[in-house]
Amino acid sequence: MSDAVSCDEWGLLIQAELDGELDIAGIARLARHVEICPACAALQRDFRALSSRIKAELPREAGPEHIIAPLRAAARFGGRTIMPLFASFSAGLALAASLAWVMLLPADPNAELVAGHIRALQPGHLTDVLSADSHTVKPWFDGRIDYAPEVRDFAAEGFPLVGGRLDYIGGRTVAALVYHRDKHLIDLYAWPAAGHAAPSISSDKGYTLVRWTEGGMAYVAVSDVNPIELQAFARLWAGGAGKTL
Amino acid sequence: MNAGGRAVSPEFARTVLPHMDAAYRLARWLLRDPDAAQDVVQDALVRAMTYFGGFRGDNPRAWLLRIVRNTAWSRRGGPTLESLDGDEGGRHAGLAAAEPNPEAVLAQSEAQSLLARSIARLPPDLRECLVLRELEEMSYRDIAEVAGVPVGTVMSRLFRARKLLLDVAQEGAK
Repeated sequence: MSDAVSCDEWGLLIQAELDGELDIAGIARLARHVEICPACAALQRDFRALSSRIKAELPREAGPEHIIAPLRAAARFGGRTIMPLFASFSAGLALAASLAWVMLLPADPNAELVAGHIRALQPGHLTDVLSADSHTVKPWFDGRIDYAPEVRDFAAEGFPLVGGRLDYIGGRTVAALVYHRDKHLIDLYAWPAAGHAAPSISSDKGYTLVRWTEGGMAYVAVSDVNPIELQAFARLWAGGAGKTL
Repeated sequence: MNAGGRAVSPEFARTVLPHMDAAYRLARWLLRDPDAAQDVVQDALVRAMTYFGGFRGDNPRAWLLRIVRNTAWSRRGGPTLESLDGDEGGRHAGLAAAEPNPEAVLAQSEAQSLLARSIARLPPDLRECLVLRELEEMSYRDIAEVAGVPVGTVMSRLFRARKLLLDVAQEGAK
């Protein structure tokens, strides 16, 4: 490069033209100047060459996929993520932390589901929407949660639908359908989940839980009804019985 | 420990996530360390989710990059951006003095060009402006928003950054 530019202002104009920040009048003025000023012409050449080299030589790296991809997926599901447990982590922990990134629900939300069921048994808290006419349950969920649970009535099979409500389970709002079985109540929780799993039974604090996954939804039925009847209820659901609303 | 559920709304995904690559690149060039850059991106993302409800602007990229930049800045705990470069000597020190001997250069990084290494050694305030302009092709106005300085300052920093890089290239050519 030759001697320093004679005037910083020309330098800034040369740069502004390079960066697309100079208006037409400025570009014309600059063009006239570089024709008669070798130093500015040289600077313009050097700046242009430098800019091309930077763009050519510097990799435009992509961001860390293990951080971004789970967020995209979670947003697509309208789900929630749980941030990694570590506010910051070293390279060695990066993989472990990335695995903790997305959890639509905790691995074992039994306690929360049972707590939700017990809460619902308190007076006046059973259902947010009562289903005298069971057709009101499904539209009630619209706009209240970001997915549309299937709503079915098993009145003919002895499990009449009585209503629905929303519970906050595992950091997200979950739809609960409420059924009667004789004097007992059954809560059926439903939230979006991939995969397929046949009904399996477990218990917590004297309540029975039957869980299964089908058709893009995870289901958990919670009740103090006897386990055999709860399994029968689950089989009705998983078998596609009942009246779809 | 910092655990807490955060909503990832489709709105957030549509508005902010497309700029995550730029966020990572900025953190990478500010900190010059891929692992630290990932930490910063993650921390910045948590902040972005927290503040997203209040975001009303029309420029999510500048908004996000400003968060990334401030996160990187605060991570080093320094009172000024200069502390990002604590090992580099004076604020506007030239670059040639920091050049290791040729064998060391070769051994250090075959993948990284002399130009890339020269940019990495720019003072952080200049490097920030240069990277936002050349890699992200941001306007002066947007760079000013990210760096929190007037447009005139962006212009002079860019100018100084380019002059320094040209000087180093000249030195190398001799």
